[in-house]
Amino acid sequence: MSSEHTYVKAPGKLITPTTVILALIVATGFSIIGYRLVFGLGVISNLSDGYPWGVWLAYDVAAGSAFACGGYSVAILCYIFNGWKYHPMIRSALVTSFFGYALAGLSVMVDIGRYWNAYGFMMPSRWQTNSVLFEVAVCIMGYTVVLLIEFMPSALETLRELKPNSFIKKLADFTAPKLDKVLMFFVVLGMTLPTMHQSSLGTLFVITGQQLHPLWQTNLLPLLFVSNAILLGFAVTLFESGLSAAGFKRPFEAEAFGVAKVVPIVGFFWLAVRFGDLIYRGHILTAFTPSFHMVIFWIETLLITAPIFIFLGKLNPRKLFYTALLLTLGGGMYRIDVYLVGFNPGDNWYAYFPSIPEALITFGFIALEVLAYIVLARLLRLLPAVHTAHN
Amino acid sequence: MKSTRRRFLQTAAAGIGLTALSPTLSAASEAKSFGPDEVGMLYDSTLCVGCKACVYACRSENFDADSSSELDEKALAEQRWHDAYELDYRTKNIIKLYQNPDDVNDFAFIKRQCNHCQSPGCVSACPVKAMTKNPVTGTVQYDKNICIGCRYCQMACPFKIPTFEWHMTFPKISKCELCRQTPKGTPACCRVCPAKAVIYDKRSILLAEAKRRLAENPDRYINKIYGEYDYGGTNVLYLSRVDFEKLGLPNLPNYSYAGVSENIQHTLYKTFNHVPIAPVALYAALAAVAFVQHKRRGKKDAGNEAKKDGGEK
Ligand code: SF4
Ligand code: SF4
Ligand code: SF4
Repeated sequence: MSSEHTYVKAPGKLITPTTVILALIVATGFSIIGYRLVFGLGVISNLSDGYPWGVWLAYDVAAGSAFACGGYSVAILCYIFNGWKYHPMIRSALVTSFFGYALAGLSVMVDIGRYWNAYGFMMPSRWQTNSVLFEVAVCIMGYTVVLLIEFMPSALETLRELKPNSFIKKLADFTAPKLDKVLMFFVVLGMTLPTMHQSSLGTLFVITGQQLHPLWQTNLLPLLFVSNAILLGFAVTLFESGLSAAGFKRPFEAEAFGVAKVVPIVGFFWLAVRFGDLIYRGHILTAFTPSFHMVIFWIETLLITAPIFIFLGKLNPRKLFYTALLLTLGGGMYRIDVYLVGFNPGDNWYAYFPSIPEALITFGFIALEVLAYIVLARLLRLLPAVHTAHN
Repeated sequence: MKSTRRRFLQTAAAGIGLTALSPTLSAASEAKSFGPDEVGMLYDSTLCVGCKACVYACRSENFDADSSSELDEKALAEQRWHDAYELDYRTKNIIKLYQNPDDVNDFAFIKRQCNHCQSPGCVSACPVKAMTKNPVTGTVQYDKNICIGCRYCQMACPFKIPTFEWHMTFPKISKCELCRQTPKGTPACCRVCPAKAVIYDKRSILLAEAKRRLAENPDRYINKIYGEYDYGGTNVLYLSRVDFEKLGLPNLPNYSYAGVSENIQHTLYKTFNHVPIAPVALYAALAAVAFVQHKRRGKKDAGNEAKKDGGEK
């Protein structure tokens, strides 16, 4: 099965004003991490005993890992539902997924206070299997490895184009067919693991009980989080097709329109669960009782509902791009609302808002992700070869 | 009428798969029972005079030179304590004042420290067994050599008890462990209290004592022992004249959120011979479908690209 015809490299040079600026943001973020490692978390962050989890977990981990669900969503669509029709989209989705997850993992290492004890996850005697966080941590680590393996074919392909007789080429020639045989095993793992940890990212907050506002606190958090992740996976994939079309000056990928038609199915399911649950728990009126949280709730709901309806109608590349962006914002906002906005530990604590260094670290991670994507897309064959979009 | 509507809602909810997780709640409400040797404290707010001797005793008993700033050490040497308004890394025990803004004579003290819950959020949350509940004494203990500093225990405690050394390069969690490091047995606060407002004993004895006080002086107290059932029961019990919520003890259900969370986990990750059933089944199902799809595609490809790619596999 040759993929030479399916994937291409992105055109363009590696060093451009964009990549240089990105590199500077990355450098800033990482110097602050250095500062944090020496002087402690308190100096650079607004975290407190009332709000022990801040923007790194809410954005980088909860929202970021869902933004990185492109590989997961497209895989489900492609391998389970429609017989490989959207296969050309999967490579770039896998790469962004890998970076999203790797960086979520990295920001956890920045966030945890006693990082040198993290090897405990490798010691069965320390496994605390009742802990939702344990499950999340192990699954995310596992999935990052799976993503790396799923991504190997694209890397090997480029290595095989090296000058003949070089050792690396021989190694790649040797590995590629073997990998091809077992790849399906990992592809299926790549659909199982995110189902597990994306739901558990929601379950994490069940134990916070009364501290999470009733508009968000529910035993269905796992179901809401996993379906929200699938929704976000599609949204981000579409958003990225638009972005890379513009950024790499390529025509728009025709496959994107097909994917857009799947979004409303997942979206309506999510909305049904969200509102069904509010009614079932008797909190639907809370959504209509004026309060700060009510406003947040409706912004979030609107940002998710509107794109779903727009996706039902006629689309052009531009519209698709902006709608996907809206949906990404809405879906991400839901997750941040659970992790931060809806969380209230009690009246004695000042509300939390990330400090500037905290935000700069997060920006550094985002910049690193974008930078790595640009570099890899120019070095490896990631993007679908274009069948010009027409609609 | 009301029940029909409720039934309808339940059916409707079931229709869209909402009740998949509802057994979790009913199972969670079964409280676990306390062991015969479990210890705890009884704090009687009506006896407390607010002298804060317990706060100071706790600080010197648990003083940790490793994590103290210079200021802390100076204060300790001068027998002063900083004014803590909340529990923090050096304050595992604190006395707070409730004051009715409309009535100067209506006030009460409350002592806050770890309640050593029967089904503790912190223990359930900790991914690496750094928080554990002693099976004999029921004391909830912390091991800094295992802790990864994720602070999920802080998120999971409904009483907001565990604190973190935010100022430290190598920080740890800090919380009351009933002075388990002292050979004397009785925690410092209970040793020094001049008014016997806080006492230490087996939980069963303390519960009986609290009930006795309630029965003897029904006018002195509101008719509730906080911690008897709250959050599934806690080893520390409270008596008060003032509503507990006003004192900062949250109004919690009679079950622990840790139980709810664990039930969801155990429902989704039920194991058979250490094999989690649902994930394995999910994997198998996905693999089966993916395999069929792969086969189908293979046939199609074989037709189309047989000539082109024939040699390559
Ligand atoms: S030592 Fe006793 S009387 Fe003094 S503040 Fe503490 S509990 Fe109250
Ligand atoms: S009061 Fe908080 S810290 Fe103490 S055992 Fe209960 S959950 Fe854990
Ligand atoms: S901070 Fe330490 S004790 Fe608390 S949950 Fe994390 S690993 Fe466990």
